[in-house]
Amino acid sequence: MGMYNEKVMDHFTNPRNVGTLEDSNAIGTFGSPVCGDMMEISLKIENNVIVDAKFRTFGCGSAIASSSVATEMVKGKTLEEALKLTNQNFVDELGGLPGAKIHCSVLSEQAIKTAIYKYAKENGLDLPGLEGFDPDAEFDHDEE
Amino acid sequence: MKPIYLDYSATTPVKQEVLDAMIPYFTEKFGNPSSLYGIGFASKDAIELARSQVAALIGAEDREIYFTSGGTEADNWAVIGAARSRKNKGNHIITTKIEHHALLHTCKALEKEGFVVTYLDVDDNGIVDPAQVKNAITDQTILISVMFANNEIGTLQPIAEIGAIAKENGILFHSDGVQALGNVDIDVRSAGVDMMSMSAHKIYGPKGIGALYIRKGVVIENILFGGGQENKRRAGTENLTGIVGFGKAAELAGKNLNDHIKQVRDLRNYFLEQIRSRIDDISVNGDLEKRLPGNLNLIFNYVEGEALLLHLDIRGICASTGSACSSASFSPSHVLSAMGLPLEKVYSSLRFTVGDFTTKEDLDLVVASLVEIVSKLRELSPFDKDHRMQSTQVLR
Repeated sequence: MGMYNEKVMDHFTNPRNVGTLEDSNAIGTFGSPVCGDMMEISLKIENNVIVDAKFRTFGCGSAIASSSVATEMVKGKTLEEALKLTNQNFVDELGGLPGAKIHCSVLSEQAIKTAIYKYAKENGLDLPGLEGFDPDAEFDHDEE
Repeated sequence: MKPIYLDYSATTPVKQEVLDAMIPYFTEKFGNPSSLYGIGFASKDAIELARSQVAALIGAEDREIYFTSGGTEADNWAVIGAARSRKNKGNHIITTKIEHHALLHTCKALEKEGFVVTYLDVDDNGIVDPAQVKNAITDQTILISVMFANNEIGTLQPIAEIGAIAKENGILFHSDGVQALGNVDIDVRSAGVDMMSMSAHKIYGPKGIGALYIRKGVVIENILFGGGQENKRRAGTENLTGIVGFGKAAELAGKNLNDHIKQVRDLRNYFLEQIRSRIDDISVNGDLEKRLPGNLNLIFNYVEGEALLLHLDIRGICASTGSACSSASFSPSHVLSAMGLPLEKVYSSLRFTVGDFTTKEDLDLVVASLVEIVSKLRELSPFDKDHRMQSTQVLR
């Protein structure tokens, strides 16, 4: 029944951590040119640890579900740990996504990296896992 | 929970009268129409009755109707058959960017055989300009193919005008009539079409059966080879039950045409009014006047179509989107893109098509669900009036 499993549907219908953190100190947005999806993640980072996270996503069911699960997974992680998270971790946590929908979870990985990248830059941090990362690599920020 | 079906352009349920007409031909009246004995003759008679029923719906003669496996085969046959039969006269085909894939992918295949295809743009309302058709004609043009009505946005194309242009220039004219059949009063003579594709399952008939109208005197090559069925033009044992069902569905469609058009148009307009009054920041894709009576294609700004569909599905509501993530191909709707719609609006578009079994109560329930879902998804969206998607990329 349906294209998504129960856990995906749960995160899709009751997404966790929706919105923008008022006291966020790291915001990352990432848009996928492949399917027009866009995710914004706001993080609150204290002493190198992500203590809170919220998201807003324009996208399909798997994009919303993986965004939701990603915000749950980054909480409590150090920046180094968070940078090690890949889209496959979110897919696994969701108990799988249909093959054609795996790419939708990349959005979350990239948005988290973008937020941490900006934070690291502002705070002069040199973090492993950010070497060669370019937040603009796949998205055209022409109005920013 | 009984689903609320608002996807009549995708397919329709078989009407009870249609099913009743078909049933005997599965069991006791199962004879091969080519056989020379009683039950074979009876099958042949049933097919000829169906042929006249389909012909009557479009103002054709019986012998101008050739049954096929559906709209896709009819499109393939018309375009490939016409192109190959006229390859000594020229190699140029004119069509539009908003055709069904059954037509577009057939043209792509012909390009590999050396044919050259012009894919015409449509205006912002999703309608082809006949002047552009005229301007595209060269001394190599052998075929023009323009759909009667578009499947995604329901826009009615200026078929009679294009038919006149084709005739003036001595060029064959084909039209994909799959969506228009049973929803528009079609007369193949006044429309000036030489060939028209049809499908039964869009008019409350069974799937797997369609037809190609070929005006008498028009010769195109066959694409199926085998027995001498369909006046030696379409080989293969006839889909007897399907043909009988198609005939009955065509008869019913003809009998009820005006009532059907008025009923579904009123429902569609009521639906749109309700949505407009209760949800802000929506708009209609495609011309609202020159349009199939049951079609509504809407942009719900800042909300992604598949997410909307999924929430509707949870509530038992069936609609559709041609948007990226709804298919494995990730290609945004070629129709909406051809209209010049920016990408984010293509992704925010949804098609609802109402039909004979839709009720006002159904639509009220759908509107209530939409109000709730759109508001929920907009809360979730990083976009709003002041924050639009930054890539206002137009694919046209």
